[in-house]
Amino acid sequence: MSSSRKFAATLLLGIVAASTCVLAGERPAGYFGYGRVATEAEVAGWAISVRPDGQGLPPGEGTVNQGADAYTEQCSACHGTFGEGAERYPKLVGGSIKGDRPEPSVGSYWPFATTLFDYINGAMPFPAPHQLSADQVYAITAYILNLNNIVGSDFVANRETLPKVKMPYRDRFIWKDPRPDTKNTECMNDCADPASVRIESTAEGKELTPRTTGPLDDMKPK
Amino acid sequence: MKLLSGQRPTGIETDPERRRFLTLGAALGASALAGDTARAAESYPPTDAPWSQMLGPGVVDKPYGEPSEFVKDVIRRNVPWLTATPESSVSFTPLQNQTGIITPNGLFFERYHAGRANVDPAQHKLMIHGLVERPIILSMQDIQRFPSLSRIHFIECPANGGMEWRAAQLNSLQFTHGMVSCAEWTGVKLSTLLEEVGLKKEAKWALVEGADAAHLARSLPVEKLLDDCIVAYGQNGEALRPEQGFPVRLIVPGWQGNVNIKWLRRIQIGDQPWFTREETSKYTELMADGSVRGFTWLIYAKSVITFPCPEKPLKEPGIYEIRGLAWSGKGKIKAVDISTDGGVTWERAQLEQPVLSKALTRFTLEWRWDGKPALLQSRAVDETGFVQPTIAQLRAARGVNGVYNNNSIQTWQVKPDGSVFDVQLA
Repeated sequence: MSSSRKFAATLLLGIVAASTCVLAGERPAGYFGYGRVATEAEVAGWAISVRPDGQGLPPGEGTVNQGADAYTEQCSACHGTFGEGAERYPKLVGGSIKGDRPEPSVGSYWPFATTLFDYINGAMPFPAPHQLSADQVYAITAYILNLNNIVGSDFVANRETLPKVKMPYRDRFIWKDPRPDTKNTECMNDCADPASVRIESTAEGKELTPRTTGPLDDMKPK
Repeated sequence: MKLLSGQRPTGIETDPERRRFLTLGAALGASALAGDTARAAESYPPTDAPWSQMLGPGVVDKPYGEPSEFVKDVIRRNVPWLTATPESSVSFTPLQNQTGIITPNGLFFERYHAGRANVDPAQHKLMIHGLVERPIILSMQDIQRFPSLSRIHFIECPANGGMEWRAAQLNSLQFTHGMVSCAEWTGVKLSTLLEEVGLKKEAKWALVEGADAAHLARSLPVEKLLDDCIVAYGQNGEALRPEQGFPVRLIVPGWQGNVNIKWLRRIQIGDQPWFTREETSKYTELMADGSVRGFTWLIYAKSVITFPCPEKPLKEPGIYEIRGLAWSGKGKIKAVDISTDGGVTWERAQLEQPVLSKALTRFTLEWRWDGKPALLQSRAVDETGFVQPTIAQLRAARGVNGVYNNNSIQTWQVKPDGSVFDVQLA
């Protein structure tokens, strides 16, 4: 297509788009014309987010064994050799959602395996994020899924396999806000039996509260 | 006198006024040793205060002003045991000292997922792409050239009060409620930018992403973005603070704090959500029955008494003005009721103007304290008629493992000596 015909086609497309998309009172696309149109390469460079259906996953792959090495090097200092967590950093493996003290981890809670790739890629390792190769991220993802017994030791993570991984807790997630789920009223008098008003718990004496005067309180024993 | 850049004018040190100031300062220090009683007497007429008899510093002594040295304790504070590192953590606004609906920029609560990004506005870009007719890249100059507006809105982290689900734990207003702040935000309506790129008809969801080291990203319905969201570069009359996402952040009025993406660099339009880590592993609520609630963005009506509170006890029996703040992500606050007997009887508080949609609203009520034990509570009602729940009602509906969206009625126990404690009622 010649450049003039291309221009005419683009213009026509623009008019069609404008006539189909613009609601009353809205301005047509490009009305102000500020900034500039993003190129495909620019979009590809920043559009790192990954969806459960695999959209956004890059080419590349990684095995569980490769992941064990990369994990030891990049992740184990904070998350423990086998994902058990170190100090106060999150554990990645095991735990149970049931019971009085639930332990949400990748295995016990995370609903999508693709999220694991996305988060490691964008935010990890914590001190120097978004510097691992796609192969490394795939490998570490495979290793953490394997540590959680979600995939076998022969698993190869890539853009085809990750969306197919079924995470154990996925079906317990509800993606529609059910609130309001409380029905308090604007009662003004006789709203409770005065004899029933009883303090159930108090923060007094628990020594969990930092000082709110003077310099910042590190709460370390003096 | 010519000065090299960065060099202090040496004349200041030998300035006679300066010397006099220093001498007086030393004298003041000595008189402080004379004891509180003597000093208190000296502060009444006919005595003139020292600052009434001495020249103060001149203009641009502090080219960017700061609070008085006498309020240096009024600062953001953190709970060291709460998080593994300060880079992925939170600090709390001293609401016990906030005198109006606007939170001073230096006291606005902080929440970082990978520390505070130090962004050069000359380098920063915002890219809008995906299901659009015309993907664009905007510089800060481009963003600031669009039609502008200003709105006053609160931002609350949904984990505000999250440590109090099982029991009263923190004896402090700052730490039970300080993850909420309010500011005037100035920027461009996001709907203007979305018109500029031209949404395709399949556009239903948007991923909004920050330029911080977490690449913090959340999925939001396009409907909300077109409704009232702001791409903001101004905060209370000045540029956004770095803590609040300088040079540009998203404001999602009335919705949980973390979707108000700071250091905003990218908006991707799509037809379904991305299910990022911050909307699956975090910011989801585990219910008592084992189900998990996601996408619970909206901040429901909430209020708290800011005076008295654990940090601001009562001095003696007598007349006090109970003061507090109320807010709702659904619109304006319609009413706030106050109980001093643990919820048996309630009295309607006065709302102070302005009462704005999705903004902190101040309320007051005159109260004569007889010196007896009291249980103070405030209960907000918003313009949709929603009434703030008790913690018992919330626990009955959700259990105690949800972490987020604790908008329960706060109870302050007042003891006969006037001291105030965070308690929960059965």
